[in-house]
Amino acid sequence: MIHHLFLTGLSAPQALHIPDGFLSAPVAIAGWVLTLFIVAYALRRTRDQLGERQVPLLGVLAAFIFAAQAINFPVAGGTSGHLLGGALAAIVLGPWAGVLVMTAVIGVQALLFQDGGLLAMGWNIMNMGVLTVLTGYLAYTVLKRLLGTTQTSLMIAGVVGAWLSVEIGAVAAAVQLAVSGTSPLNIALPAMVSVHALIGIGEALITVGALTLIARTRPDLLTQSAKTGGTTSAAWVGGGLIIALVVAVFSFAASPEPDGLERVADNHGFLGLAQDPLYNILPDYTIPFISNGTVSGIAAVVLGTLLVFVIALGIGRATRNPKSIS
Amino acid sequence: MHIHLHDQYQQAQTLVHGLDARVKVILTVLFILTVSLTPFGAFGAYIALFALIMAVALLARIEPMYLLKRSVVALPFALAAVTLPFTVPGQTLLTLPIFGGLTVSAEGVIRFVSILIKSWLSLQMAIILVTVTAFPAILWALRALRIPPPLIAIVSLMYRYLFVLFDEAMRLLRARAARSATQAGIRSGGSLAWRGQVAGRMAGSLMLRSFERSERIYNAMLARGYQGQLLGLEHGHLTSRDVVAAAIMVALLTLILLLSRI
Repeated sequence: MIHHLFLTGLSAPQALHIPDGFLSAPVAIAGWVLTLFIVAYALRRTRDQLGERQVPLLGVLAAFIFAAQAINFPVAGGTSGHLLGGALAAIVLGPWAGVLVMTAVIGVQALLFQDGGLLAMGWNIMNMGVLTVLTGYLAYTVLKRLLGTTQTSLMIAGVVGAWLSVEIGAVAAAVQLAVSGTSPLNIALPAMVSVHALIGIGEALITVGALTLIARTRPDLLTQSAKTGGTTSAAWVGGGLIIALVVAVFSFAASPEPDGLERVADNHGFLGLAQDPLYNILPDYTIPFISNGTVSGIAAVVLGTLLVFVIALGIGRATRNPKSIS
Repeated sequence: MHIHLHDQYQQAQTLVHGLDARVKVILTVLFILTVSLTPFGAFGAYIALFALIMAVALLARIEPMYLLKRSVVALPFALAAVTLPFTVPGQTLLTLPIFGGLTVSAEGVIRFVSILIKSWLSLQMAIILVTVTAFPAILWALRALRIPPPLIAIVSLMYRYLFVLFDEAMRLLRARAARSATQAGIRSGGSLAWRGQVAGRMAGSLMLRSFERSERIYNAMLARGYQGQLLGLEHGHLTSRDVVAAAIMVALLTLILLLSRI
């Protein structure tokens, strides 16, 4: 079975598929809320761009990403590199179609193969289906604009986009684990970032290999994705998410005590919850949650993104080409 | 290489199989939510939740060993929480003679063990859901529960072609293995970048084939009268049995959650 293969040979990439039990309930639910907003927006954008073709094209390409994750190559010492696919999907299909393709992949992995949890699926989609896609796409687009459209610049843009996409996803997962009280940020962040720096190399090599092949045999596909657009809204939402992520990381790092989160967990939240009657969950959770400087990171992530999202919606509406609406 | 990708649905005529898919999806999510809301160290609640899993498995005639074997999937992720015994402040259990005296706290150990148990419990219920519910029925249930229809349509089509494209990926891997002869003692296989590029071109060619396949599929769908909507069969309707099963499950979950918090 595929997941057993992943387990034995490729256990490292699993680090991004968070199972249930590792995220606290409020963190998991916040992830679902964000995901529902972004996926609903992506659905609207791609329907306007693709019309009736939306379902067959994105469905088959989601199946492709799933299958392509089985294509691996030996790296060293029994480990192997393989594809996550977010950057590749975004570069070839455009950002919002990429978000949907990855959402379908992560949803099926969780539902059908228990690769990642059901409650944790919101953040898994955000980490691997939204952050990787938007970062990969933005890095690729910006670099291609700076370097021109030669074969070499395409490769450089692909390498940077793919590598960065995996790193950003890993940083986000580390923050979620830290906010849930599962792993302190000063341990989770370096561990995730360094492991995924290596995984990102595999991602970058495969993405670039695929891109060069497509550029040579069907160059029309790559220029087509540039035409379907979504760059502006992707820049807003992706940029907002990345800024929110940086704020979250720094608000942890700037916390006066290194184990600040643990103290919060002890004093108010995760451990204290044990003694509270059930009807008291929400007040006891939300008040220290918002008022405490250490944990305001998560609030920053959610609020910042929602704000940027609303702005992006407006801009998307204002700049949409009326002809493309079918 | 022996890799088989297959659906885990096991057809049978049991009480659990016969429940409405919507009820099964909602109850599974409620179960996992309950698990995540139980406090750390509530071992009595964990035992009760495990008993509930075993009862459902028994009713659905699922082998407990099958559940156990399948539920080791998430075990490697335990690594993400492994530092807890050392970082959570609390009563010192023992001091390890490394890094100048690393202390293990009782609270940390309890939290680490609790996270593993909670993850394991959630996983088993998720496995039961796909074992007793065919995937198309799950998708129908999600659609009935107001997940956007285009997303469900995309996932339905993905599910239809998952196995086709996975077979194609396996053929690519077999072809690569066939042309990559190695001789013992002699280094082969090129540089890391070269190997990565080979795998990348395989992924690229699979992507092009998928693109072209999706065009053929779209044309075939149009020929059959596709107008932007996937039409599906109804997969069930609520009966009194569904209501009773849901009520019992919700009552038990609420009871376990309340008791675990006293």
